[in-house]
Amino acid sequence: MENKAITCKDLTKRFGDFKAVDGISFDVEPGEIFGFLGANGAGKTTAMRILCGLSYPTSGQATVAGFDVYRQQEKIKKNIGYMSQKFSLYDNLTVWENIRFYGGVYGVSRPEIKKRSNELIATLGLEKEAGKLVGGLPLGWKQKLAFSVAIFHRPKIVFLDEPTGGVDPVTRRQFWDMIYEAAASGITVFVTTHYMDEAEYCNRISVMVDGRVEALDTPANLKNRYHANTMDDVFYQLARGAKRKSD
Amino acid sequence: MKTLGFILQKEFRQILRDKTILAMMFVMPTFQLVILPLAANFEVKSINVAYVDHDHSSYSRQLRNKIASSGYFRMMGTPGSYKEGLGMVEYGKADLIVEIPSGFERNLMREGSQKVNLSVDAINGTKASLGGAYLVAVLADFNNNLDINMKLAGNRATEPPAKISVASSNWYNPRAEYKYFMVPGILVILLTMIGGFITALNIVKEKEIGTIEQINVTPIQKWQFILGKLIPFWIVGMVVFTIGLLVMYIVYGIFPKGSLVVLYLFAAVYLVALLGLGLLISTFADTQLQAMFIAFFFMMIFMLMSGLFTSTDSMPEWARMLSDATPVTHFIKVVRLIVLKGSGFSEIKNELGYLVIFAAILNGLAIWNYRKTT
Repeated sequence: MENKAITCKDLTKRFGDFKAVDGISFDVEPGEIFGFLGANGAGKTTAMRILCGLSYPTSGQATVAGFDVYRQQEKIKKNIGYMSQKFSLYDNLTVWENIRFYGGVYGVSRPEIKKRSNELIATLGLEKEAGKLVGGLPLGWKQKLAFSVAIFHRPKIVFLDEPTGGVDPVTRRQFWDMIYEAAASGITVFVTTHYMDEAEYCNRISVMVDGRVEALDTPANLKNRYHANTMDDVFYQLARGAKRKSD
Repeated sequence: MKTLGFILQKEFRQILRDKTILAMMFVMPTFQLVILPLAANFEVKSINVAYVDHDHSSYSRQLRNKIASSGYFRMMGTPGSYKEGLGMVEYGKADLIVEIPSGFERNLMREGSQKVNLSVDAINGTKASLGGAYLVAVLADFNNNLDINMKLAGNRATEPPAKISVASSNWYNPRAEYKYFMVPGILVILLTMIGGFITALNIVKEKEIGTIEQINVTPIQKWQFILGKLIPFWIVGMVVFTIGLLVMYIVYGIFPKGSLVVLYLFAAVYLVALLGLGLLISTFADTQLQAMFIAFFFMMIFMLMSGLFTSTDSMPEWARMLSDATPVTHFIKVVRLIVLKGSGFSEIKNELGYLVIFAAILNGLAIWNYRKTT
């Protein structure tokens, strides 16, 4: 248990009579890129919010970075990075101020923030934009920056909630290069997406349907099992049976 | 503490960068303090009078001149009949009709008494009752000074009529000017807006854009987030308060008679209480629109119940209780006492107690209701 990045056992979240997350169980290995798939309304975001310590589960167990999701949320928060589909940098702060703020609240020291942000700005090629407000950057750049900020404090695990929504294929490709780099440096990546080509980039993927995990394996094994040529096909076969209407 | 430093740095950047809010924070106090006390004025001046004179005697002309020169009334004309006068009231040209019957002078001379008809447009109750009262006073004065009454008094020199003459003086506001009452009150309303509502909107805005979710997933602790929001706006509030005091001095020549230290002490505690209210509103509202509505609800109650415009002493019992339950009431009272009366700390320490209780309750509720995890 201890050396798993994430463990879930019968994790359930109920809103009244509605089971948003219905007894899901899975483990995520350290350094793995774990794709968390599902149709809209399948319960992905709810499950992810529980794992990030934003929401209490109704029942079941889960640990993130070895910490319990009921009692040790603040410890979880120190050890994870999070980037949500709602864009979460401050538009009215500059690139550099955003980095400094998020670095600072995760306890990175000021000299270290300076050093790392110079590297980061150079890597992203944002030297000219570093002093500009984030609100004025193109979406693709914002998203790359948001990801870099989410892993700035070198967390054990990074949660990405539809990180590439609305960006062009080239930028998506570059984004995934960054994800691979992060994984190579030992960060576990937990990512939700609607793009099936991106699902292929994951080490393992799980597919949620109606609050339950219906399938969990490597992309290749899943394609074999469902006699499908593409992940699209796999997803379609699984999600077709969904009773919940997508939003 | 280091984390708090980063949060404060970020908040100040954002406040200083938002030109609209910044301008509002500094233009608003100046503008409101300069304009509002002049407009929000309950002194009744320039009451429009229609003077219906059926007598056309020297007495009736004297009375007309006396009314016109009293400073409160404006002669709008001398219609030939009461009906015409009423027409002027209906068209809003006159507020008050004085009807002098024919034989006015003759009856006064011969019979020593005469009735005069006053009709007042009472839609604006204050104007009507004060206008009526002023006119009655003018009439009484006219009556006392009539030659005929003077002569009568002179004739009976052996027993002069006993007269009580009242010499009244207005304390703390010698010329009884309304602006001295209003200006400190408006200063309080300004602090209320900044403390209570800008803070609420600021936090709710983070909810709307979604950055609060990002904050909630960081190790930032609840108290750090809350202090990070309260401290900058507390400072802004104190700055605006200082500007307000300066405007008050420069424009109206009002300088606090009491101790500035005591005044600032109260302002400091009051701001903490109102920031608590703002924070509380933000924990309930999900959108800025909701926050605005809740804020307006409180603002209306504060404006009307706090004794800003009217004296709380003349409210009914239940209303006074409600009034006591708003922090604004106590702060307005204190500001007036310190600024106009020069009250010292010992005379108003009870009010400080009230404000501290409000600060503790409002902030306590807000902290209790703010959740990083739901």
